[in-house]
Amino acid sequence: MPGHPEFAAAFDAGLKGAPLPRGVTALAPAEAERRFAVYRNNVAVGLIDALAKRFPVIKRLVGDEFFAAMARHYSETQRPTSPVLLEWGNGFAAFLESFPPLADYPYMADVARIEYARGRAYHAADGTPALPDSFAGADPSRLRLHLHPSLQLLRLKHPAVSIWQMNQPGSTAQSLAHAGPETALVLRDPGFNVPVFSIGPGDAAMIEQIMGGASLTVAAELAIWTEPGFDPQPLILRLMQAGAILTPKEIAR
Amino acid sequence: MRSLPKAAGVGFKPEHFDAIRRDAASVGFFEVHAENYMGAGGLPHAQLAALRADFALSIHGVGLSIGGPGPLNTDHLARLARLCNRYEPESFSEHLAWSSHGTEYLNDLLPVPYTDETLALVCDHVDQVQEALGRRMLLENPSTYVLFEQSTIPEVEFLSEVSRRTGCGLLLDVNNVFVTCTNHRIDPRAWLAAFPLDRVGEIHLGGHDEEALPSGPLLIDTHGAAVADPVWALYAEVIKCTGALPTLVEWDNDLPEWPVLQAEARRASRILEQQGATYARAS
Repeated sequence: MPGHPEFAAAFDAGLKGAPLPRGVTALAPAEAERRFAVYRNNVAVGLIDALAKRFPVIKRLVGDEFFAAMARHYSETQRPTSPVLLEWGNGFAAFLESFPPLADYPYMADVARIEYARGRAYHAADGTPALPDSFAGADPSRLRLHLHPSLQLLRLKHPAVSIWQMNQPGSTAQSLAHAGPETALVLRDPGFNVPVFSIGPGDAAMIEQIMGGASLTVAAELAIWTEPGFDPQPLILRLMQAGAILTPKEIAR
Repeated sequence: MRSLPKAAGVGFKPEHFDAIRRDAASVGFFEVHAENYMGAGGLPHAQLAALRADFALSIHGVGLSIGGPGPLNTDHLARLARLCNRYEPESFSEHLAWSSHGTEYLNDLLPVPYTDETLALVCDHVDQVQEALGRRMLLENPSTYVLFEQSTIPEVEFLSEVSRRTGCGLLLDVNNVFVTCTNHRIDPRAWLAAFPLDRVGEIHLGGHDEEALPSGPLLIDTHGAAVADPVWALYAEVIKCTGALPTLVEWDNDLPEWPVLQAEARRASRILEQQGATYARAS
């Protein structure tokens, strides 16, 4: 009889479709195949369900049956590498990009990037939002903002934020306003909601500069250079309201 | 270290959080799956911290792969240790099963052949867990669908021996007993009669599905339905022998509304009171 490592390898191969591993039996041995199929099914369905939970809009876009088949293929080729399933699925967008049946739907990968980022935001570390008067009297040229760990910026080739929003429960939007690229801002608010915003080039540049450690003044200057006429005030206000700005820090002289 | 109350508990689902805050009568503790609380922050931890402040807590792992051939995933063990340090649960439990192979996580509780080789391996793994967590763990009996030609040790003897060698407690899943025994045409009462009930630190109850095979029923442990009547009957017999024990009602799929789950907990509570009283009179 094989040892335990050989047994587990054969069992795992069986889960992936290889013949029944040696030694697997039942009181009525003819039933072994059908009984083993319970494990095959549990593993497949468990992973498909985990992806469906993480990528609900993709599922809605392609339909339940297509999603299940596609998720099964993904989960068999890119099994989770950790028991912490909330980290799984970071390769799903790239998988969709190179999945031949979706060749005519290039935006699908970008929608998946948004959904994966939302999951990351949902589980990201906590941070205490700054109070409205935290910045009173601060010198913007020496003010460096700390953003919430959940905040992510995604530069997307397709209007995936609009597509994601159209596919939210209760959305009434019928058609896309444009077909060009979008930049997604994903964050977790103090009520643990994870909204997704489409933001302009000035907003994106400003956030990237802040995340890179630039002072408020430098970030604003670069944002205005990126988008002439850009006004940083509404963005800062919006980030404050979303609890995305944490304790302010003055850069030492 | 505190222990779980000898009362009914419920597997916590985030969907039920608000309803639980309004009414958690007849619930003595909550149990969560460790792996769902391994993110850095956010709502899962906010909810768990709030529950933990008011209730006893059991952390139940599903991903350690204690029955696997490879060494335990030390990163995962470290995550479990951090979780236990953070929430100081009254109980930590895991399964007699394997769920990882090489670097891949299979997300199911897979069956272990019962041999001298796997017995030594499982004991080593349980020792390692208890050392890493600095606490005694409970090991749960599995639901199984197949048998193995290489198995040489009866399941009950295997579990008893792991408990005896490592000092770990046992988590008696009465639904798993019923599922496994039905599937392999064993009398569950004989299984229970041989089981070391004095090592049991917690009981699990859950629902199962049924398929038909030529030789008879094949029960599948789905945690997606109410506890079946024959499982309630077995449970009452166990409590009559052991007295009250912490008893968890699990419902993980096709979630019902909170009152349905609460009613299951109430049913367990009643059995704990009635059969526990019978036990007290007899002993």
